[in-house]
Amino acid sequence: MGILVIAEHDNHAIRGATLNTMGAAVQLGDDITLLVAGSNCRAVADAGGGIAGVTRVLHADAPHYDHGLAEELAPLAAACSEGMTHVLAPANTFGKNLMPRVAALLDVGMIADIVRIESADTFVRPIYAGNAMATVKSNDAVKVITARATNFDAVEAEGGAAPVEAAGNLPNPAGLSGFVSLDSPESERPELTSAKVILSGGRGFGSGENFRMLEDVADKLGAAIGASRAAVDAGYVSNDYQVGQTGKIVAPDLYIAVGISGAIQHLAGMKESKVIVAINKDEKAPIFEVADYGLVADLFQALPEFSAALDKLD
Amino acid sequence: MKILVPIKRVVDYNVRIRVKKDGSGVETANVKMSMNPFCEISVEEAVRIVEAGKGDEIVVVTIGGRQCQDILRTALAMGADRAILIETDVAVQPLAIAKLLKAIVEREEPGLIITGKQAIDDDNNQTGQMLSALLGWPQATFASDIGFSGDGIRVAREVDDGIETVDVKLPAVVTTDLRLNEPRYVKLPNIMKAKKKPLDVMTPDDLGIDVTPSIEVLNVADPPARSAGVRVSDVQELVDKLHNEAKVI
Repeated sequence: MGILVIAEHDNHAIRGATLNTMGAAVQLGDDITLLVAGSNCRAVADAGGGIAGVTRVLHADAPHYDHGLAEELAPLAAACSEGMTHVLAPANTFGKNLMPRVAALLDVGMIADIVRIESADTFVRPIYAGNAMATVKSNDAVKVITARATNFDAVEAEGGAAPVEAAGNLPNPAGLSGFVSLDSPESERPELTSAKVILSGGRGFGSGENFRMLEDVADKLGAAIGASRAAVDAGYVSNDYQVGQTGKIVAPDLYIAVGISGAIQHLAGMKESKVIVAINKDEKAPIFEVADYGLVADLFQALPEFSAALDKLD
Repeated sequence: MKILVPIKRVVDYNVRIRVKKDGSGVETANVKMSMNPFCEISVEEAVRIVEAGKGDEIVVVTIGGRQCQDILRTALAMGADRAILIETDVAVQPLAIAKLLKAIVEREEPGLIITGKQAIDDDNNQTGQMLSALLGWPQATFASDIGFSGDGIRVAREVDDGIETVDVKLPAVVTTDLRLNEPRYVKLPNIMKAKKKPLDVMTPDDLGIDVTPSIEVLNVADPPARSAGVRVSDVQELVDKLHNEAKVI
């Protein structure tokens, strides 16, 4: 009996969402195994042993685990799930890609994107882009779960001293797929999913060049920059900026939506932010329904004014 | 190559949904229903692959009540050749859907399966991955570009860090993301033609699959509402409030 958490990492460091997934795991029990599967990732496994709440680290090291391909990781995760009551991963593109494959190999259903744990078998998850909350009870022997990072507090990354064991009997390489490349735009800004302040832009900017007006204010606030689907579809910014039902789910202390009308699919990704500001010239825009502070204004005037006003703060 | 496209009928994405007062679910009676947007993108992609000469037949399949025939007819009007309805009144969950689809795959032997990455009702994002696991096939999820190369496909995937490109062998399961294509509008003559295309109906029993859900829905409720905010008159007032009242800047 125990809980298995699948660590998301890049063979150098564990990604932040794994700490939030651990935050969900510690609510379920205290016998927690962290699976670190990768290539030349011993340092990551060692770091995993330091994460608060981890009982032991299972370290699986092989070339075919290099890029986290689901075809390779799923049979390993399924094998490591033997005797476990729960298997968890973050509800991001890593976990969403992997965990249904794990569940199917275990012949169990999966509970995706949980936001609250009611008991060992009962969970709350959003449906319909967060416009309804479903409480679901799993009757499966193993609960395969992805947890939404914004709803579970991250555990401490350091301080623990869990032992690291080598995972035995690694499944043979599946060899069905191969990693080619990752095109990841470089950015000095905070990561969208862990930023305290997010400045997001929408179609109101009219062009990719105009969209860059956000950078000046983002620099002053130390903010991450996000975007609505409309802005990404229009090509102003790349897909990794997208906040919403099918993009990233964020919950910063401050979310400033500029030139975003507020389609339900966008609201699904940001409405749990602590303070929401909307700047839009259309006073009927739905974004104002969730905004704590709404300003009806032309963004091309308001943004420079906002920047100047920030300069005057002490 | 035959392409199988599993699709789902959902509450139309423009509808503002209502939670039933008894907490049993979301109101779907007298609500506009349509093909899940990701599924529409999947059908479109299959049609484009056939138009490009890389495929020769498209079979669409859905699971649900008799009324699901409408989205199958839409897919046929978009360019699919045949349709299959697996008729059931059970709210079938992703694992059982994957098992039903596996049974269809064994009958139809497609070389490629294209399906939406998620349905906008339950937001599960599971079926494609589960089907691919049950078949022992590769998966390319969240696709924003599909290209043919040699005996496989090269797929650009939308991931949190940007765009990941993978090569997968065929047969494979691809799940589609929003920017893969823009589905075509269906023309009236094609709607007429679609009425004559074959639509087979079968049941989970015919396929020998148990569709009993393993996950019970205990309650469906409205999300916590945000309290109404305030309108500020200008930028200076906004900055003052954020600094002195909300204390977030």
